Amino acid sequence: MTAAGLIFANIHDQSIPELTRVRSMASVPFGCRYRLIDFTLSNMVNSGINRIGLITHHNYQSLLDHIGTGKDWDLARRSGGIKLIPPYITAYDQGTRIKSPSHRLEALFGAKDFIARCNEDYFVLSDCDIICNIDLSEVIEAHAASGADITFVTKRMDAAAMHLAEQVSIIAADEDGKVTDFTRAQPTEGMVNLYTNIMVVSREYLLTILAAASAHGYRSFFADVIVPSLGTANFRAYEYDGWYAYIGSLEGYFASSMDMLTQEAREGLFAVKNRPVLTKVRNSAPTKYKEGADVKNSFIADGCVIEGTVENSILFRGVKVGKGTVVKNSILMQDTYTGSDVTLNCVITDKDVTIRDGRHLSGHKTMPFYVGKGGSV
Amino acid sequence: MIFRKKECVAMLLAGGQGSRLYALTKKVAKPAVRFGGKYRIIDFPLSNCVNSGIDTVGVLTQYQPLVLNEYIGNGLPWDLDRSFGGVKILPPYQGQKSADWYKGTANAIYQNLAFINRYDADYVLILSGDHIYKMDYDKMLDFHKAKGADCTIAVIDVPIEEASRFGIMSTNPDGSIYKFSEKPKNPDSTNASMGIYIFNRKKLCDYLIADEADPNSSNDFGKNIIPNMLAAGEKMFAYPFEGYWKDVGTISSLWEANMDLLGDQPVLDLSGNDWRIFARHSASAPQFVGARASIENCYITEGCEIYGTVKNSVIGPGVKVMAGAHVEDCVLMGDCVIEAGATVQYAIIDSDVTVGAGATVGAPRSTGAEIAVVGEGITIAAGATVEPGAMLSE
Repeated sequence: MTAAGLIFANIHDQSIPELTRVRSMASVPFGCRYRLIDFTLSNMVNSGINRIGLITHHNYQSLLDHIGTGKDWDLARRSGGIKLIPPYITAYDQGTRIKSPSHRLEALFGAKDFIARCNEDYFVLSDCDIICNIDLSEVIEAHAASGADITFVTKRMDAAAMHLAEQVSIIAADEDGKVTDFTRAQPTEGMVNLYTNIMVVSREYLLTILAAASAHGYRSFFADVIVPSLGTANFRAYEYDGWYAYIGSLEGYFASSMDMLTQEAREGLFAVKNRPVLTKVRNSAPTKYKEGADVKNSFIADGCVIEGTVENSILFRGVKVGKGTVVKNSILMQDTYTGSDVTLNCVITDKDVTIRDGRHLSGHKTMPFYVGKGGSV
Repeated sequence: MIFRKKECVAMLLAGGQGSRLYALTKKVAKPAVRFGGKYRIIDFPLSNCVNSGIDTVGVLTQYQPLVLNEYIGNGLPWDLDRSFGGVKILPPYQGQKSADWYKGTANAIYQNLAFINRYDADYVLILSGDHIYKMDYDKMLDFHKAKGADCTIAVIDVPIEEASRFGIMSTNPDGSIYKFSEKPKNPDSTNASMGIYIFNRKKLCDYLIADEADPNSSNDFGKNIIPNMLAAGEKMFAYPFEGYWKDVGTISSLWEANMDLLGDQPVLDLSGNDWRIFARHSASAPQFVGARASIENCYITEGCEIYGTVKNSVIGPGVKVMAGAHVEDCVLMGDCVIEAGATVQYAIIDSDVTVGAGATVGAPRSTGAEIAVVGEGITIAAGATVEPGAMLSE
């Protein structure tokens, strides 16, 4: 039983426009030193998936820089490995064939050659708006054993904790796990069976539905392909019960980042045996805590230099916290520099931000103050 | 078949036991001893090679090579995974006529002349795996070429009172060496050999072959090859190196070199992108600092969880310091657990060590105590005491 992977890098870019202005959803930094795609990629590699197509649409320079040859995930291979599938532009087209970055069906049309060339039995399709550590080989086994046409991975979530800013896909299934309904909604309370944007499908079935969608001029993968077949096709739900976060808004990004300060989240994500989360290696030196440093309840990458106070915060690689500076409830991305006597509270600084001496910035956890890439305050 | 000839090939002597590190080298060769949180000693010469543009490195292993072999692997962390050249492990082997361990440093290179010749190298750089330093070998090679030397030896200026611990080069004003004395009682120069040599390949081959034929030789660079070349009047120059360089062959020097990373203006600075030291990556989570932790003047890396107090220490990957534990003036190499209420002071703790709850290891440095050393894989029982100066191994 073999499987290949397909990752959609740009779908959901609009969920956090602040962070995706200069990058794809896949390359949004998360958890001190990761990019969102690292979780999806690691899940695939840890589950024995070694042939992966990465579908991009736009803004993918940072993603290419991050992935490189794929060697940090052992995906620089002669046979298999990672293949980038950028938008397909023909000489006679006006612009790209894929008109909308969130258009799953068009993205899949663009990847048809890749899919057809693979000789794996199954495909795992995944987006980059989720953070989890899931054993996909179990999902694939369950899929094969059940004889399903498509298996959708679901997660029971408390809607109130998800900070949804847009509609999400919700799956209803019967006791056997057969999918009975597939809806889009924006729940604000109660437990919901969220579709995680991970699905398993046989290569054959995937090619069949793509051919049918193309022949009928379908526009939407879910509205035109999935929902009309609910009565006839065998769609099943697979419930994932591990730690899970969904990034649907800047507020959600902030909350999920802060979740990293809980032991439950760190263990559920990083301490799973045989399932390491891999990322691009940067070779930073260890982090330096200087005299006068006062660090509490924080998650910190290598390469930082800390002279001030840091509380309940996430520091990415190469962050400098100056003397007398107090950083609270904040996320400082790679190479953020804070001078001395700065105070930050509920702030997100993107890469390469400079906060000069004596500046005071504050947001609120429901509306974090965001400083864009390369910004200077 | 040869892609492109290599101008210079590096040979890294990594077979030594490092017996003066006692417990720390019981299971691993000295170059594989952990340093500075996330590094191993061998990362320094390997990174120096790559940063100096040398892409072919033979690593001569002999003593306890398992960890070292796995660590170097295909050379990927140092960009030494090359289609021609790259890093190659060179263990002793069985030849058609004889099978021998490496008898000495010169014999180790002699046994691998075929490796050097295979790359058609003009120059051979000899390195050892027991020093911490950042050095541009390319500048030394330029010096070697400009002087038209047969052999260039890198030297560092040491205090005259320490000179008798080193191999001392006496030089003329133009840098040429007229005398070499190994650990002289009354040194007449402060140019200490760093154990880094560049040879013209052909000259090196000649001397190694002659040395091998001499049954009375101890087949050592310092004892035989260098004195022989000097006696024969070959052109030998001392290349003066300025910068941080430390032999970490003893417990105290290893501890000191780790401490050199700390402080406001550290004498050994590994930050910045201009001369990066590469290391094989542990793929652990970022470090987490608990709500009641206290950390000052420390160097801490990935995978650590700090809930207690840590001061003036260098902490390797995956170390847990539980609440109420106190760690001061220590080097914790990695994957250790310091349980609640334990006190560890002025100590080097090797990997996979557990210090039980309430245990005491070492004594405050201010008392003039000696460094306590706890070897790999040891568990210190709860409430137990490890005396300062102790050397524990399995």
